[in-house]
Amino acid sequence: MSEVVVLGAGMHPWGKWGRNFVEYGVVAARAALADAGLGWDDVGFLAAGNTMRNGYPGYVSGSTFAQALGWRGTRVSSSFAACASGAVAIDSARAQIQAGRCDVALVVGADTAPKGFFGPLPGVRPEDPDWIRFHVLGATNPTYFALYARRRMEAYGATADDFAAVKIKNSRHGLENPNARYRKAFTAAEIAESPVVADPLRLVDICATSDGAAALVLASAEYAARRADRDRHVRIAAISTVTPRYPNTYLDMPDIATDSAVGAASPERSFRDSIAHAAYEEAGLGPDDLSLAEVYDLSTALELDWYENIGLCAEGEAEALLRSGATALGGRVPVNPSGGLACFGEAIPAQAIAQVVELTTQLRGEAGGRQVTGARVGLSINQGLFGHGSCVIATR
Amino acid sequence: MKPRRPVVEGYFEERADGSVVLVGGRCDACGAYFFPKRFSFCRNPGCGAPGLADVELSTRGVLWSFTDNRYAPPPPYPAAEPFEPYGVGAVTLEAEQMVVLGQLARGTDVSALRAGQLMELCAEDLYETDDAVFRVWKWRTA
Repeated sequence: MSEVVVLGAGMHPWGKWGRNFVEYGVVAARAALADAGLGWDDVGFLAAGNTMRNGYPGYVSGSTFAQALGWRGTRVSSSFAACASGAVAIDSARAQIQAGRCDVALVVGADTAPKGFFGPLPGVRPEDPDWIRFHVLGATNPTYFALYARRRMEAYGATADDFAAVKIKNSRHGLENPNARYRKAFTAAEIAESPVVADPLRLVDICATSDGAAALVLASAEYAARRADRDRHVRIAAISTVTPRYPNTYLDMPDIATDSAVGAASPERSFRDSIAHAAYEEAGLGPDDLSLAEVYDLSTALELDWYENIGLCAEGEAEALLRSGATALGGRVPVNPSGGLACFGEAIPAQAIAQVVELTTQLRGEAGGRQVTGARVGLSINQGLFGHGSCVIATR
Repeated sequence: MKPRRPVVEGYFEERADGSVVLVGGRCDACGAYFFPKRFSFCRNPGCGAPGLADVELSTRGVLWSFTDNRYAPPPPYPAAEPFEPYGVGAVTLEAEQMVVLGQLARGTDVSALRAGQLMELCAEDLYETDDAVFRVWKWRTA
C-alpha cells in the first residue's frame, strides 16, 4: 500500500473564543488548502472529526464542513473516537486515497469547548459508564490523571518536581508557537503556587479545554509526485487506531473497574504500548528512528508515561530521561516541541490532527524557533475514553 | 428516618448486619469477573459464554493508587453545598485480579496513604433528597 502524502496543513489558533466551531474549522481548512496551493474544488473526499458538545452539526461534522465550504457534491465521513477522532478521520481519508477513490482528501477537526471540567452528556443514563463515574464516584478526568500520577510516584519514585519540569519544558516550547493558547514560560515557583486540583496534580499540571481547529490536505503518492513542491512533502508512514486487548488490567477512563485477569492470559503489551507498537510495525521503524514526538500530555505526569509507552526509555526511567534533557528542544528526541496540550489545551476532534500538523511543520523544517534540527521522523500519539487511541508516524 | 437507597441499582448491597459487598458478574465457563456486570454475556474473546452469574466480590484489597478531588465535579455528581472534598482510591482485588475504584471514606487522610496498603469496603451517604438517603460504596483503610 503506497504512503499518502501531506500536501497542506493549517490551523485556527487555540483559545477560548466562544464562537461556532464551524468558523474555526473553515479557517483551518482554508489555511490547509492554501498551504497546499489547492482549492476546495480539488478535494475528492472530506473526512471530519465529530464534536459531542455542539449539537447535531457536531455529530455530522463531514457534511457540516462541506456545507460551510459550499456544497460541491463531495463524499464525506464523520468520525467520533474520543481523543483519537482526528486520527480516525485521517485514517478514513487515507483509506479512500489508497483505495484509488480520490487523489486529494481534506481532513478537518474543530471544537468549541465548555468551561471547566468535561462532564458526561446530559440526562440520567445508568447504562453509560461515563455517566456512572461522574454520578456515583465524582471521578472527573483529572481524578484519573491524578491516580496515574500518584502511581508513578509510588511505583517509580516520580516527584512533584518532575511533573513541574515537564510543565516548564513544554511552556518554553510553546513560546515559539503562534497557534498555542498559552504562551508563557512557567517557573518552578509559579507552579508551586498553583492550587492542587487532585493530589498530586495542580491546576497547571492539567490541560485546559480549548476551542481550536486543525486541517490537513492529503494526496496520493502518484498525485504528489507530479507537483513541483516535493521538498515540502511529508509522508504518512503509519496510522494506528487499535483497541486494547482483553484483559485490560489498567484502569482506563471512563471505567470504574478494570477487566479481570482470571481465565485469560494477559496481553503482551499494555494498551498504550500497543498503540505505538502497531504504528512502529506498520512503518517498519522503531523508537531509535524518532527525531521528535508529540504525545498527549493531558497531565504533566502522563507525558512521562508516554516516554515509556513509545519506547524512548524502559518502564520507570522516564524521570531520568526527562532530567537528562533528552526530551527538550535541543535534546536527542524533543517531545512536544509544539508546546503540547500544556500550551494548547484540548480541542478534542482537532487535537490529533493538530499533532500531525506539528509533525508536518517540523519535518518540512518550517517550525521557526521551535524547529527540531534535521527532523526526519515524527510520531504523534494519544489515548481517549472508551478504548480509543491513535498513533501516527510521519516521515520526510 | 428516611429510607436508604443505593445510588445505583445492582452494584452493591448493604446487609442488615452492616456488611457491604460489591455485586459483579462471574463467567462459569472461564472464571472471569466483571464489575459492574453490565451485560448478560462474557466479554473474554476466548470465551464469550452466554451467561454471567451474580457474584459477591472480595471486600478487601490492596491500594493501587489514590487521589482527592478538591473542586466540585460537574453534574450529575450530587455535590453538597458547600462542597466537601473527597478522596478516591483504586484497589486491587487479589482473587478477582482486577482493580475497583471507589471514593475513600470520609476522614481518610490521603497524605498518609501508600500504595500496597490493605483497604476494605464500607458504605456511606452520598447525598439525600426529601424522600431518601442515597448510599454509595467506599474504601477505607483496613
